[in-house]
Amino acid sequence: MTDSAHPRPLRLLIADDSNTDRLILEAILSRQGHDVRAAEDGQAALELYESWSPDMVLLDVMMPRLDGTEAARRIKALAGERLVPVIFLTSLSDAGSLAQCLDAGGDDFLPKPYNPVIIQAKLGAFDRMRRMHETLTRQRDLIRERNEQLLEEQVTARRLFDNIAHTGCLDVANIRYHASPLSIFNGDILFACPRPAGGMHLLVGDFTGHGLPAAIGALPVAEIFYGMTSKGFAGDDVLKELNQKLVRILPTGMFCCAFFAEVNFRDRYLRVWNGGLPDGFILRGDGSREPLASTSLPLGVLAPERFAAPMAEYTVCPGDQLLLMTDGVLETTSPDGDWFGEEGLARVLDDRRREQSPVDLLLERIRLFSGRSEDTDDLTILALRITDHDPVASQTLAATQSALTGPAAWSCRYQVDGETLARFSPLPLLLHVCMAVAGLRQHSAPIYTILSELYNNALEHGVLELPSSWKDGPEGFSRYYAEREKRLGDVGEEHYIRFELEHRLGASGGRLVIRCRDSGEGFDREQALTGGDGPGYAGRGIPLIEKLSSDLTYNKQGNCAEVVYDWELADVGRSQDQ
Amino acid sequence: MPVNTRRSEDGETRIIAIEGRFDFSTHQAFRDAYEKDSEDVLYWVVDMSDTSYLDSSALGMLLLLRDFAGGDKASIRIENCNSDVRRILAISNFEQLFSIR
Repeated sequence: MTDSAHPRPLRLLIADDSNTDRLILEAILSRQGHDVRAAEDGQAALELYESWSPDMVLLDVMMPRLDGTEAARRIKALAGERLVPVIFLTSLSDAGSLAQCLDAGGDDFLPKPYNPVIIQAKLGAFDRMRRMHETLTRQRDLIRERNEQLLEEQVTARRLFDNIAHTGCLDVANIRYHASPLSIFNGDILFACPRPAGGMHLLVGDFTGHGLPAAIGALPVAEIFYGMTSKGFAGDDVLKELNQKLVRILPTGMFCCAFFAEVNFRDRYLRVWNGGLPDGFILRGDGSREPLASTSLPLGVLAPERFAAPMAEYTVCPGDQLLLMTDGVLETTSPDGDWFGEEGLARVLDDRRREQSPVDLLLERIRLFSGRSEDTDDLTILALRITDHDPVASQTLAATQSALTGPAAWSCRYQVDGETLARFSPLPLLLHVCMAVAGLRQHSAPIYTILSELYNNALEHGVLELPSSWKDGPEGFSRYYAEREKRLGDVGEEHYIRFELEHRLGASGGRLVIRCRDSGEGFDREQALTGGDGPGYAGRGIPLIEKLSSDLTYNKQGNCAEVVYDWELADVGRSQDQ
Repeated sequence: MPVNTRRSEDGETRIIAIEGRFDFSTHQAFRDAYEKDSEDVLYWVVDMSDTSYLDSSALGMLLLLRDFAGGDKASIRIENCNSDVRRILAISNFEQLFSIR
């Protein structure tokens, strides 16, 4: 046996009142390469332990002053979290005595007379255990430290997040909500923003995934939601923009389940869109309730051109409540592993008294159900009470004024020439120019329709000289569109379609004038309108423009249309649904 | 495909779903969707869940479908319109010709 067989010398404390035994053991251990100190009794061993702090201790059981078992107990106490293996040296062989050694905190025993091979093996084994314990302790401390750091960072991040994604008007009197301060790191979001024309938008969302990625994804959602809502965009437009942004930035497999609500207190209606969240509810004053089920894919899944945001409309009365939640509510588990689920929710809603807030009752029941009073981190619940008056009306005066921001008086001319007509549509560009006026953003749909109908008429009837009379049946339609395609490929240089836009702002709204002139021969409008027999398949564009605008006139030749579109602040929002 | 068709389980209803913009560019696909193999179809549903926009030429196409499906006797439901699409349909009084939900 040579020293080289022992890569790791240990500091060993031995205590034995028998001089012979002590010397033999000391010799064996020293020869094995260890650093050994010896004591003659328990008390001396204890003192030596304190001054020298060895890696392991080997104790005789029966010693004067302080016996082995008591010394072991005290050494273990002194060692605290450190693992200091204590091995008893004993010539005892009855099971009871040996067990007593281990009960006193000993880790093992070595039988006398000593066998160097066994000693070496045991010390090796305990050294491995000791080092594993050290590693674990170190790693645990590191994890604890990192976790504290992470929590601190989350609190700071939350503060930062709040500055960007403030909670908007969640603090108004008729909203009650529950959201953990750190819910954003569970992927939950909860926003409310007043609309310039009164009422508000609400968004409850739940990102797939947790932690930092979810929090980062929530930032643009907040920015778009608050930015577009306060500029007066309608719910569908906000949703489309949110989806487009999330599709672009989120990795595949990550998306945001969301519930969007447009609340109008004045005209007492709700428009809602649910993409992947649990049912929301309208809790009626008479105790009945209407579920608002998910009808769409979550935000961030469908490509923008495939994403439509049909919002369902509900009439509401003062006293009705809108209840929204993320799936943390339904997924709450009891200590027995049962789910709270839809039945649990239904029971709570059945039990609710009229004057009771559904949020409070739901939270109370969930805490009872889960048996945990604190742990509601992944619950996000919101209830909004429909009131007689608009709770954010006082805040909206400034916002209403913001609808009058943007360019007030302007005009522009945009002309598409020759073969460019075949390859380029000026409509998105023109719409974009109009949407610079904040108050017009509510009107993007009718304005787009007007622009598009004007353009199609100018192109198909003016430039391409296609007669609507062809559209007299399925074959006629096919012929019409085949011919459209063909003639588009052959547009002469002299042809053009010219748009002239003019906008002026008034005290409570504005007027947009759109002129569209084409290079065609013009057409006889009277004849165009009365030409067909009964309701034909064509000729619906002009009546559509007339109904959407304040005025539509044609010049005498019939190749220039002028549309007047008046908009009022008062009808912002509602005008589209009439 | 911007226009998809499927059948109800009993085979009596044909559902035509239009994705994105419903305008002249959809004409041929829409016509195919109602003309092909439709001898046994009794009821029609035009699903607008994914329709973002509808113009006046699409109104004409809906009327073509209505005539194809039996004119005044046709049973056609137009479903899941977004508010913009619904507004165009309402302005054109299409509620009187179709069942719009």
